Amino acid sequence: MIWDMKHESMSRSELEALQLGRLKNTVSRCYDLAPHYENAMDKAGVRPCDIHSLADLRKLPFTVKDDLRSNYPYGLFAVPMKEVVRMHTSTGTTGKPTLVGYTRNDLEIWTEICARIITAAGVTSDDIAQIAFNYGLFTGGLGMHQGMERVGASVIPASTGNTHRHLTLMQDFGTTALACTPSYALHLADEADEQGMRGKLNLKWGLFGAEPWTEQMRTEIEAKLGLCATDNYGLSEVIGPGVSGECHEYRDGMHIAEDHFLVEIIDPETLETLDYGKQGELVITTLTKEAMPVLRYRTGDITRLNPEPCKCGRTLARMEKVTSRTDDMLIIRGVNIFPSQVESALLEIEETQPHYMLVVYREGALDGLEVWVEVSETLFSDEMKELRRTEERIAKKLESVLDLSVKVKLVEPRTIARSEGKANRVIDLREEQ
Amino acid sequence: MKVKQLSIFLENQSGRLAEVMGSLGKEGVNIRALSLADTSGFGILRLILNDIQKGRAVLKEQGFTVSETDVIAVEIPDKPGGLANVLSVLAGKSINIEYMYAFVEKSQENAVVIFRVEDIDNAISALQSGGVQILEAEQVYSL
Repeated sequence: MIWDMKHESMSRSELEALQLGRLKNTVSRCYDLAPHYENAMDKAGVRPCDIHSLADLRKLPFTVKDDLRSNYPYGLFAVPMKEVVRMHTSTGTTGKPTLVGYTRNDLEIWTEICARIITAAGVTSDDIAQIAFNYGLFTGGLGMHQGMERVGASVIPASTGNTHRHLTLMQDFGTTALACTPSYALHLADEADEQGMRGKLNLKWGLFGAEPWTEQMRTEIEAKLGLCATDNYGLSEVIGPGVSGECHEYRDGMHIAEDHFLVEIIDPETLETLDYGKQGELVITTLTKEAMPVLRYRTGDITRLNPEPCKCGRTLARMEKVTSRTDDMLIIRGVNIFPSQVESALLEIEETQPHYMLVVYREGALDGLEVWVEVSETLFSDEMKELRRTEERIAKKLESVLDLSVKVKLVEPRTIARSEGKANRVIDLREEQ
Repeated sequence: MKVKQLSIFLENQSGRLAEVMGSLGKEGVNIRALSLADTSGFGILRLILNDIQKGRAVLKEQGFTVSETDVIAVEIPDKPGGLANVLSVLAGKSINIEYMYAFVEKSQENAVVIFRVEDIDNAISALQSGGVQILEAEQVYSL
């Protein structure tokens, strides 16, 4: 089933005409209402009237995460606060979140595009949908919630945590659709097995997103939970979940809401725009966002685009599963983590340049983060209880900054390889396991 | 009255202790007393050396994290109840012991116990007034 037949099966020429009108409008609004874009466009020597075709998009300057941070909190808003009805955040590179805002109309569009990916994933008004994303500042919970309600599913806003309760709800309420991160789905599957629930659950559809996952994980989740698992993609900087999602029929790329987002693939080194089919960094320009439109936002996600219509009937371009990034951002249990966040937290504790390493591992089905910290003379004590206290202090600090529980391991100096230039701060064991 | 102890941070890895001992031995630094405290992840090695300055320099050179701490060395008769008496003196003054370790002198009938306490000056005066024999630092280094 297709939720929005008119838009999801548009011909490319119709779509491009719609996109161009919306692009011109977005660029004008950015230029007139958000000083950051005015400055950036002046610097690039481009004015709103220079946009005559979709190809003119390339004249516009890029927007990066740092721009969102340096304009924190409201600098990129293009409407008066009285029109903003919702705010969400995304984690930032130095612990400060980046703020995003929504007008009533933004929420309506967001709900609609979530309804699209939810429908594509197989969910209908006959389903009982359990949402195991965090409800709060994170866009995942409320975003999927709105979309599920719009589709007419019976929504269980279970939020995160308490795996046992999740399984009880699933069993008692007869949950048929599950929305969460793929790693949490695996964790639920393992727990369900342990509690002898395999085969007793009524699950049909799994909508998984907010972190990268592999085809092997998909196979495993499907086998254990007995559902059809689809991938979906979104980021709070442009809206949240709903940017793209797979159809359950073919699962051959995620259908992008191109009527609301103009997508490009660039070479992250040369910044040249690449052709369809070439792998590169995904860049998104919002076309209908009112409260906080973004021009050419560099997502950092590596993927490729396929403009061919899908056999499911959708004509909008598809993007491949995102498996890597251009920067050192890690995604652990749906939480975005930058090594620099760890660095600045340690700097506060240690008052000298810390030497540290992030080790990402998978225990059972859940991802975990261990932070190795070299014991300098300032951290060292001849008393065991003091060293224990130091470990706890670092763990608490990191947990509050990262919003993720962290294991801290104290290691000897020079354990962590010093490298020239940019140090490699991350060991990701998930890829090997 | 205060004895300098060298503490070293060690990861729980085979061969680490041997490396420390090897480095000290090669430079002619002798160990007077030793204790090792450990958890599953790391350990703290505490040493009384004949030449702490040299020992410290050698280990720092090797990249170890080290620190110096003041401890008390007490001589007690090597017989049952000897340690109990010393501990009751400290307990009587409500002095907490962070950790302690003991060894027996080579040529005498006495045992030496190293104490690390919260308040070292109070502990020294308590032990003195309790009639406990405290060793001078030089005596310990040259045991």
